[in-house]
Amino acid sequence: MKDWRYWLAEQRGTLLALGIFIVMFIIYTSNHPAGFTANVVQTAANKGVLLAFVAMAQTLVVLTAGIDLSVGMIFLLTNCLASWLVVGTPMQTALGVIAVLAVGLLCGAINGAIVIYGRLQPIVATIATGAVFYGIGLLLRPFPGGSVNEDLADALTGRVFGVVPASVVVLLAVVLIVWVPFSRSVLGRAARAAGSSETAAYMSGVPIRRGKFAAYTLAGLLAAIGGLFLTFFTYTGEAAYASGNAYTLFSIAAVVLGGVSLFGGKGSAIGAIFGALAFRTIGDLLFVFDFDPLWQPLFQGVILLVAVSLGAFALFRVRNRLEWFL
Amino acid sequence: MSETTLGGIAGRMPKFIRRADPAVLTAFACIVVLLLVGSLYSRSFLSPEYLLQQLKVASFLGVIATGMMLVILLGQIDLSVPWAVAAGAMMACAAAAYGPVGVALAIPFGVFCGVLIGVVNGIGVAYLRIPSMIITLATNAVAQGLMVVYTGGFSPQDSATGAMRYLATGFTIPGVPNAVIIWALIGAAMVFVLTRTGFGRAVYGIGNRERAAYLSGVDTRGVVMIAFAVSGGLSAFGGVLLAGYASKAAQSMGDAYLLPSIAAVVLGGTSILGGRGSYLGTVAGVILITLLQSILSVLQMPEAGRQIIYGVVIVAMLLLYGRAPASR
Amino acid sequence: MDSVVPLLRVEGVSKRYGGVRALEKADLSVSTGSIHAILGENGAGKSTLIKVMAGVVAPDEGRMMLDGREVNFASPGAANRAGIACIFQELSLIPELSVADNIVISDPPKRFGMIDRKAQRRVAEDALARAGAGDIHPLALVKDLPLSRRQMVEIAKALARKPRILILDEATSALTATDVANIFGVLKRLRSERLALLYISHRMNEIAELADQCTVFRNGRNVASYKAGSKSDNEVVELMIGREYSHIFPPKPAAAPVSAAPRLEARKLSWADRLDNISLTVRAGEVVGLGGLDGQGQRELLLAFFGVLRGLSGEVLIDGKPVTITSPAAAREDGVGMALIPEDRKTEGLMLPMTVRENLSFAALDRLSKGGIIDRAAEQRLIDDMVGLLAIKTASLDIPVGALSGGNQQKVVIAKWLMRQPRIILLNDPTRGIDVGTKQEIYQLMRKLADAGAAILFYSTDYDELVGCCDRVLVLYDGAVKRELVGAEITERALISSALNIHGEGNPTSQGADA
Repeated sequence: MKDWRYWLAEQRGTLLALGIFIVMFIIYTSNHPAGFTANVVQTAANKGVLLAFVAMAQTLVVLTAGIDLSVGMIFLLTNCLASWLVVGTPMQTALGVIAVLAVGLLCGAINGAIVIYGRLQPIVATIATGAVFYGIGLLLRPFPGGSVNEDLADALTGRVFGVVPASVVVLLAVVLIVWVPFSRSVLGRAARAAGSSETAAYMSGVPIRRGKFAAYTLAGLLAAIGGLFLTFFTYTGEAAYASGNAYTLFSIAAVVLGGVSLFGGKGSAIGAIFGALAFRTIGDLLFVFDFDPLWQPLFQGVILLVAVSLGAFALFRVRNRLEWFL
Repeated sequence: MSETTLGGIAGRMPKFIRRADPAVLTAFACIVVLLLVGSLYSRSFLSPEYLLQQLKVASFLGVIATGMMLVILLGQIDLSVPWAVAAGAMMACAAAAYGPVGVALAIPFGVFCGVLIGVVNGIGVAYLRIPSMIITLATNAVAQGLMVVYTGGFSPQDSATGAMRYLATGFTIPGVPNAVIIWALIGAAMVFVLTRTGFGRAVYGIGNRERAAYLSGVDTRGVVMIAFAVSGGLSAFGGVLLAGYASKAAQSMGDAYLLPSIAAVVLGGTSILGGRGSYLGTVAGVILITLLQSILSVLQMPEAGRQIIYGVVIVAMLLLYGRAPASR
Repeated sequence: MDSVVPLLRVEGVSKRYGGVRALEKADLSVSTGSIHAILGENGAGKSTLIKVMAGVVAPDEGRMMLDGREVNFASPGAANRAGIACIFQELSLIPELSVADNIVISDPPKRFGMIDRKAQRRVAEDALARAGAGDIHPLALVKDLPLSRRQMVEIAKALARKPRILILDEATSALTATDVANIFGVLKRLRSERLALLYISHRMNEIAELADQCTVFRNGRNVASYKAGSKSDNEVVELMIGREYSHIFPPKPAAAPVSAAPRLEARKLSWADRLDNISLTVRAGEVVGLGGLDGQGQRELLLAFFGVLRGLSGEVLIDGKPVTITSPAAAREDGVGMALIPEDRKTEGLMLPMTVRENLSFAALDRLSKGGIIDRAAEQRLIDDMVGLLAIKTASLDIPVGALSGGNQQKVVIAKWLMRQPRIILLNDPTRGIDVGTKQEIYQLMRKLADAGAAILFYSTDYDELVGCCDRVLVLYDGAVKRELVGAEITERALISSALNIHGEGNPTSQGADA
């Protein structure tokens, strides 16, 4: 009878992020000079979707109580790669897309292998692999350039039926094809269980390692989808270090805003998507209010700082101080 | 009396052996190999001038890595290095624009800004128990935002003070660059703190087992807080020196120091999980990284190749000796 | 009861941990359609036996026969597949997953490769109903459930695996009375469904109601098996005591120095649902023991004194003056002078990779430093004193403390606190897992420290030690002081019967709660 209440409790983080996003988006569009038009929505969607893919990638890893500081660099690397490969005839383009996604998977698998089977700390391991991914990206594109199949790019960044942004449709498709099956699979549950309590997961005979490995690998895939879309928007590839770092950082902010716990086990990629959209919209609010865009990095930094500090309130419920040191 | 000396010798011997950590030895061996490889390429590689020049370049990284080491010994990490470096450099140069008082206070003010960033990190990690990786990323973003607002997004026009330039490029002792002396002083202070003070012992204790340190009555939160403040301050001081070296501060001048500072500490045998490591190792790591960079640039290796080699070297060396225990 | 061939037979199983033997050629037979209770005091070997049966630890010798065939379990999973489900005291539930997710976790129903949530829910509801916990919603998250409900989920999870042998280790300790009644109904039904049930409990009334067969363990071996109800409580206690007396204890002072003013005093101390209105006093020169079954709040009580617990109610007094201690740093200060020898020396007492020297002086560095700089000569002197006093055997002071034997490690933990000359010493089961020789030394040391004027509060899971060392013993049950034993009243029999909360035995003296 009260099923919906449990559903609600489980989705609270996601719904909260959705709520923040809607409120922010209403403020944004109502103050936008052009107002709530298909064009404004399309532009906002295209910007937001990029971060949404990277944030989904981060979610998968964070669910296992890990972190991937290389997502932004996988995003850059695949962008650079796509600017070479996703061109030509439809057949060549399709093969190019597949190759880019495969490289993303490979990057994720390398991270997973180093962290899980190499037993290195995710932070250092992914900072180091991030440097490698960035280096390869820079090798591919020492200077911004390249091109992309513009028909495909325009189709995927345009509008469906004249109103719905195509990028949102793709995002939805990715959620249905990647996230939903993963979260309902044995491996997805294992990844989440391992993030929540590794000991209990072990005692329950859960495939911890395979679950975590799948999470890291799929994170690479999702970051690559993001990289593809970046290419579709910009028509070029560019290995911009600061941009890669910013996406990594913002993915963490989006994940936190989306109700995903950095301690693992809790949250959903859908929440992270709304977190990403909300984060983007908040960042863009400055523009519609005619603030100097110079304030944007500070503003985003402060949002991040506040968001990560919110999680600390659970601390005040701890009654045995030894639990601080688990 | 004879007993104490005997005990002292017996005590010192294993300590010496323990210090000869395989990681530190490996790092020094790598340095030798790099020097040999370099000398094959160019004769001047083994010349005193070149080596001193390398040592000078290394000292900037050395100062920054010293703070990073302190934090890593605690089992934490400081990812706010890039903008702590930049903030230190920019604020010191900015202060210099405010007359003679500003010039006099330029260096302390720059360092103070770094300490401030470190204190925010420390509060987050010690009192709010936010994972250090996350809170330091956030303060890095905030520091960046503040600097962007301050500079208007351009490279700041203020230039470094004479004192800053003197510290970074001058010579007090003929033949030995001041930057090297500064690194040596900071390094000596760090060695003293780590081995001779209660604070140093507490750092190792917390890094090994925070629970046990807390139950021993150590103010673990205070120690963590101070360590982060020191790390922020040293990063900023590194930035001050870099600004003196280049005569001015620049946007994203610190980006190039995050990975190398972590790499130097970790390659020097300090456990990323905390509690284990010697400053000697960090010195080796810093020199190793600097030589690696130098050789790559002598070989005219593009930035891309350097990044790849960095990443691969770090992962490879960590896989050799930085792994977590097999299972719990 | 009536089956001839036992379902599971354990024969001659032994297990040692380091030098300590936990099981010594133990035998046990479990039959279908019966509930078999296992009794024994702390450390009698019950838990180890269960772990062997559940595939968690491998025995050193002996064998297990299932259906007359020899089996070896490499992992908990292997034991599971053989039909053995175990409900441990430490919970194995994943907090962020729902009840239904947890119940099916080891083998969820699948459809098209994905977890079939509808089928999963049916399985979960069925298992919860079988466990008599139909009130728990399968979609609730485990972390939102109170402990007693989690325990019920744990039982449902075990039942969902359709086991042939179900082992319950203190499964009722966290449950409410209604739950216990429910569980009993379930267990009886399972018995009629021809399962074999193994039931470990300290609650005599539960065993009397439930068990068909009982086996008593002592010193790592089974000493008696009997039909339930054929022995009185007193006879059972008699079987449980009689550990081998291998310890020699230092003589106690003729009379406890009652005249001395209390050094440490607690008044109506309560914390969460673990400490319940505890009042006690410890005087200088006195060794006061904390007794009772393991996990009745003794550890929490020591942590509460040491400033680790938040949200305490009640009062703590030192030398008659009320104090509020909010951290171990405050507890060790001069005015208080408290020391705690913690529960687990490997994670709470020592930094294992650090040297013996660094560990020894770690808690006293503030006293050994001037301006933050360690006076190494003073440090060396004090360390030499302590190494001499406790006869710590180490090749050098500069080897990692983790390289020492368990007994010497424990001496280091004690020595590191003695360096501060504490006035109040709290000991949390300090002799667990260490050799007999070191134990004796610790007993001697405790008495010596008490004679020198320290107030000692000593928790031990070994009743023999409490009898041998303590001037007074407070027996805890469910977080409250149930009984206070003084002087000659402290016998193993009295300790066990009051720990089991059996009334009307011995001579009921002062009830501790109102002391």
